[in-house]
Amino acid sequence: MSGIVDQNRLAQQLIDLQKAEPGTVRLEDVSAVVAGIMDAARKEMASSDNEVVAKMIGLADYIENAKADIAALRPDEVTERHLPAAADELDEIVAETADATNRIMDATETIQGAIGDVDEATQETIFSASNQIFEACSFQDITGQRVTKVVKALKEIEEKVDSLILAFGDEIDEYKARHVAEAEATDAAEDAPVDFDDIPDEALLQGPQLSDEAMSQDDIDKLLNSA
Amino acid sequence: MKRCLIVDDSKVIRMIARNMLQEFGFETSEAENGQEALTACEEAFPDAILLDWNMPVMNGIEFLLALRALPGGDAPKVVFCTTETDLENIRTALEAGANEYIMKPFDNQIMQAKLAQVGLL
Repeated sequence: MSGIVDQNRLAQQLIDLQKAEPGTVRLEDVSAVVAGIMDAARKEMASSDNEVVAKMIGLADYIENAKADIAALRPDEVTERHLPAAADELDEIVAETADATNRIMDATETIQGAIGDVDEATQETIFSASNQIFEACSFQDITGQRVTKVVKALKEIEEKVDSLILAFGDEIDEYKARHVAEAEATDAAEDAPVDFDDIPDEALLQGPQLSDEAMSQDDIDKLLNSA
Repeated sequence: MKRCLIVDDSKVIRMIARNMLQEFGFETSEAENGQEALTACEEAFPDAILLDWNMPVMNGIEFLLALRALPGGDAPKVVFCTTETDLENIRTALEAGANEYIMKPFDNQIMQAKLAQVGLL
């Protein structure tokens, strides 16, 4: 409001100067008008600067919040734990299915090898059925290639997340430091005696273990015998 | 008896193809990659080559180009047998000198038809 009043007064002073008789304009009046113009310009600049600064602060806050959100997602855990675990599981699927398929095919070849011991009609049936088994076994090659593609995609994701970690390393470290107490409390809770009746089956079951991590039946038997 | 070289890094596919080809009266030999196949071809050319694309050491296309560059290397009929079924891949294989293209998974009838198509049955 005061800005408008100042502008109106300045405009009136200028009109008065323009209307004044030549030689009657006083230096003080010109000086007052110039001072008024400079003051108005200063106020105008200050107000637009404030707007820019406010926007910059808003932007900085937004970036800080985004960084904190990304740090909270713990991308370091994704590359250190989740992605390698997923890739290991998939590799295991390929190995297991390859092994099973080879055994199926070896057994089918054995059946075909014994074909001479039966009558002609049975020979034909066995031959046809065993050929169908062979053809069906080609699924292993196809699924193996598909899983390999997925593993490759996981590795690419891992590389991208690694770049993210590099860019947000400090924020992630700060987040981890802030949550140390929380993690310690979780560890303590995990170490405490557990009442398994309170835990649903889904939370206990881990599914098949990777072969290099899994216990063998011998290990389990030993454990049972020692109990 | 016609001879066919089966080139595939998958033992399962080699076994499946071997069974089919022997049923069609072929004598078969096997290689696990393009390099092994090339060494076999340098000793004696087979009548047909059943060729996978994705293999370690030397892939199917690299092998095919090397094969066709050998003196007399244009003689064997080459049937690509692969999961790479983009049009661009098929075009690349044909330009490299493939005679036929089989999409995995394949069955007896497809194999028979393709071998007949290249004049081997």
